[in-house]
Amino acid sequence: MISPVLFAAGGEVGGDFFRERTSDTLPCQAQTDQPFCFDWARENIDRFGTPTVQHLELVVISVMIGFALAFALALLAHRNTWLRTPLLAATGILYTIPSIAFFFLLLPVTGIGKDTAIVALAAYTLQIIYRNTMLGLENVPSSAKEAARGMGYTDRQILWRVELPLAVPEIVAGLRVAIVSTVAIATLAVFIGGGGLGTQIYGGGNLTFPTSVFIALAIVVLMAMAFHIALLVAQRFLTPWRKARVA
Amino acid sequence: MTASLPPIASFTGAIEFIFSEQTSNVTGGKKVGGFEQAVELTLKQLEVTALALALALVVALPLGLYLGHRGRGEVVLVGLANAGRALPELALIALVAALIGIGLVPVTIALAVLGIPPIVSNAYVGVRQVDPAAVDAARGMGMSEMAIIRKVELPLAISTVMGGVRSATIAIVATATIAPLAGVVTLGDFIINASIYGEDGRLAGAILVALLALFLEGALALLQRRLTSDGLKVKTA
Amino acid sequence: MRTDQTRVRALLAALAALVLTLGVAACGSSGDSTTSGSTESSGESGSIIFNPQNKKVTLTIGSKNFPEQEILGEIYAQALAAAGYKVKTALNLGSETVALKALKSGQISGYPEYASTALTSFFGFEPEEVPSGAKAAKEKAYAEFVKEGLVTFEPTLFASANAVGTTKETAEKYGLKTISDLEGVSEKLSLYGSPECRQRIDCLAGLEKLYGLKFKSFTPVDIGLRYTVLEKGQADLSILFTTDPQLSAESDKFVILEDDKHVFPAGNVIFLTKRKTAWEAGSGLEQTIQWVQKGLTLKVMQELDARVELEKETPKEAAKAYLESGGYISS
Repeated sequence: MISPVLFAAGGEVGGDFFRERTSDTLPCQAQTDQPFCFDWARENIDRFGTPTVQHLELVVISVMIGFALAFALALLAHRNTWLRTPLLAATGILYTIPSIAFFFLLLPVTGIGKDTAIVALAAYTLQIIYRNTMLGLENVPSSAKEAARGMGYTDRQILWRVELPLAVPEIVAGLRVAIVSTVAIATLAVFIGGGGLGTQIYGGGNLTFPTSVFIALAIVVLMAMAFHIALLVAQRFLTPWRKARVA
Repeated sequence: MTASLPPIASFTGAIEFIFSEQTSNVTGGKKVGGFEQAVELTLKQLEVTALALALALVVALPLGLYLGHRGRGEVVLVGLANAGRALPELALIALVAALIGIGLVPVTIALAVLGIPPIVSNAYVGVRQVDPAAVDAARGMGMSEMAIIRKVELPLAISTVMGGVRSATIAIVATATIAPLAGVVTLGDFIINASIYGEDGRLAGAILVALLALFLEGALALLQRRLTSDGLKVKTA
Repeated sequence: MRTDQTRVRALLAALAALVLTLGVAACGSSGDSTTSGSTESSGESGSIIFNPQNKKVTLTIGSKNFPEQEILGEIYAQALAAAGYKVKTALNLGSETVALKALKSGQISGYPEYASTALTSFFGFEPEEVPSGAKAAKEKAYAEFVKEGLVTFEPTLFASANAVGTTKETAEKYGLKTISDLEGVSEKLSLYGSPECRQRIDCLAGLEKLYGLKFKSFTPVDIGLRYTVLEKGQADLSILFTTDPQLSAESDKFVILEDDKHVFPAGNVIFLTKRKTAWEAGSGLEQTIQWVQKGLTLKVMQELDARVELEKETPKEAAKAYLESGGYISS
C-alpha cells in the first residue's frame, strides 16, 4: 500500500506565525491572578456548547432512571412494609458513597465512559426520591382513603387515584432536589470520561484557569435553577387544588 | 486486545494495594501504597473533614438556631439550601486552588462553605418545629432568650439539626476526596493520581473513600439517635 | 399571596433560564469529539496529499496529559486526517505508563513519546545513559521497543526536558545558576512539582539521588499551577519544562537552573506505534508523521505551547494554525 506524499520544500511556518509576548503585554487569560477574562469568555463561549449538551444528557437520563427505580421501590415498600427499612438503608448507602469513588467502584464492571457516570448519578438520586415518595404517601390523610374505600375503590384505585395525586407535592419536591443535586454532581463525570461541564473545569489546563471554571459554574447553576423553577411550576400546575398558602 | 480483568480480580488487586506496598508505575523505584500510606491519607481526609465540619458548625449552628428562634430569614435560608445543593464541588476546589491558594487552610474554608447551608437550614427548620407551648412555658419561667435556645429549642430540635450535620458531612467528605487538586493529599490522591498508584491503587482509593464515608455516616446516625431524647424519637419510614 | 400572575411570571422565568442554557448549548455544540478526516477541502493545496486508499484505516491518536502532548496529538491527528485516514483522538490519557498501556491494549494506535522518558521510564536506563543526540536516543529506544513489537519514527527537531525553575529574585538571593548551586541551600527551600514528581527519576527522585539534595518540603500541585506557585511566593522552586512559553514571554520573572549533572535528559519526540499498525496503515502513516514534524522547531513548539497555555486556545486550534501556516493543509 503506497500512499504518495509530496515531498516538496516547505513545512516551515510563516514569519507571522510568531506572536509578540512580553510580561506586560500578556493577555488577561495568561495572567495567573485574573479571576475573569471577559474578552476570552466572549470569544470562546462556543467551547461550552458540547459539554453543556453532554451535561444535560447525563442529568436527564440519570434522573429519569433514578426516578423510575425509586418510584417503583417506593410503591413496593408502600405495599410491603417490611421492605421499608432495608430499602431506606440501601438507598442511603448509595447516597452516602461519594460519587467519584462510586465511579471507580463501578469501573471494573461498567468501564470508562458516560454509562458508568449515569449509573452512579442515578444511584445517588434514589434515596431522596424514594424517601420523599414514601413520605408523600404516608402523609395522605386516612380520611381521604376511607372516603375512597367507602365509595368502593379497590386498593389499586385508591393508590393511583387518591394517594399518589395527594403525594405529588412531596414527590415532585424530591425530584426537584434530586435534579438540582445531579446537575452539580454531574461535573464529576469528567473523571470517568463521561464528558459534561466538568471537562471545562478539570480537563486540559482548565483547573488553573478561573475564567473557564466560572463559566462552567455559571452554566451549572443556571441549569440547576432552570430545573428548579420548572419543577416548582410543574408542582403548582399538577396540584391546582392546593392554592399556595397566604404568604 | 487484552480482555479486561474480571471484576473479582480487580478487587483482590485493590485489597493487596491497601495492605502491602507496591512498586510504583512511575520510575524512581519508590514504593507506593501499603497500609501506612492508606492510614496516612485516611487520617488526612478525616482531619480536613473534621476541621471543616467544626468551622461550619461554629458559623452555621448559632445562626440557624437564632434565626429559627426569631422566625426570620426563611426565604434566604431556603434559597441558601438550594444554592448549596447546586454548587459543584469540583468548581469550588478549582477556584480555591487557583485564586486563593493551595493547602489546608483554603481547603478547610472551602469545605466549610459547603457544609454551612444544610446545617443552617436544618437548624432553622428544627427550631421552627419546636412546640411553641414549650417555648412559652420556658419564657414564663423567666428564662432568657439565649437560655431558651440552648436549653429548650436545641434539645428539641437536635434530631433535625443532626440531620443537617449528616448532610453537611456527606458533602464535605465527598469534596475532601478531590482535595488533592488543591494540595491537601487525602484518599482521593489514589484516585486522581492513578498514574502513580496504578489501577489497583485507584480502586483501593475508591473502596477506602466509600468505607470512610459510610463509617462517618453510621457514626453520626448513632449519635443522632443517642442525642434525641426518647420522648422524641420519631419513627422514620 | 400568589396569583395567576405570579404563576405566569414564574413560568416565564423558568423558560428564560432554560432557553439561556439551551442557547449556550446550541451556540457551540458540534459533533467534534473526533477529528474525522475533513476530507472535503484538505489536501488539495496543502502539502499533505489526500489518499483515498487510507480511508480503510482507522487510527486513534493518543497523547499524555499535558498541553504540549495534546498539541502534538492534534497535529498528528489532523495531518493524518488530511492524508485520508479515519482518525479519532484519545488525548489526555495520563502519564507515560498509562499511554503505553493504552497502546499495547489497542485502545490507541499511537502516541508521541519522548525518547528520554522512554529510556528512563520504560527501560530503566539511568539518566546519564540517555544519549544526548536525537538520533542516537531514538535508535536506543527503537532497539528496546522493537523487542515488544513496537516501532518509533524519526525524532522531532525540538527537545523538551524537566527543569528546576525559580524566580529571578530567589536566584539572585542565593546565587543560583546551576542545580548544583542548591547544595547547602535547598534545605531552606520549598519545592513544588506534579504529584508524580516525587517518584520520578527525572524529577524529585533524581534530585535527591543524583544531586544529593534535600528540600525543606515538597508539595504536589497540578502542573498548571507551576508558575502560579512561584509568582504567589508559595514555592521557592518549581519543576518547569524547557519548552515552557513563560520562560521567553516572562523571562524577566523566571529562570531555570542549569542541569549541570545531566539528570534531566532532554527528549525529542518520537511517534510510537505497533509494528502491526504501521504495516496495516501503509507508508502513509510514517511519511505523514515525519513530514508534518518538519516544521516543529523549538521556537515553533514554544509558540504553540504559548497559544495553549497562555492564550488558552485549544490544542486543536493551535495545531490547525500550525498546519495551515506551514502549508500542510489548505486554510
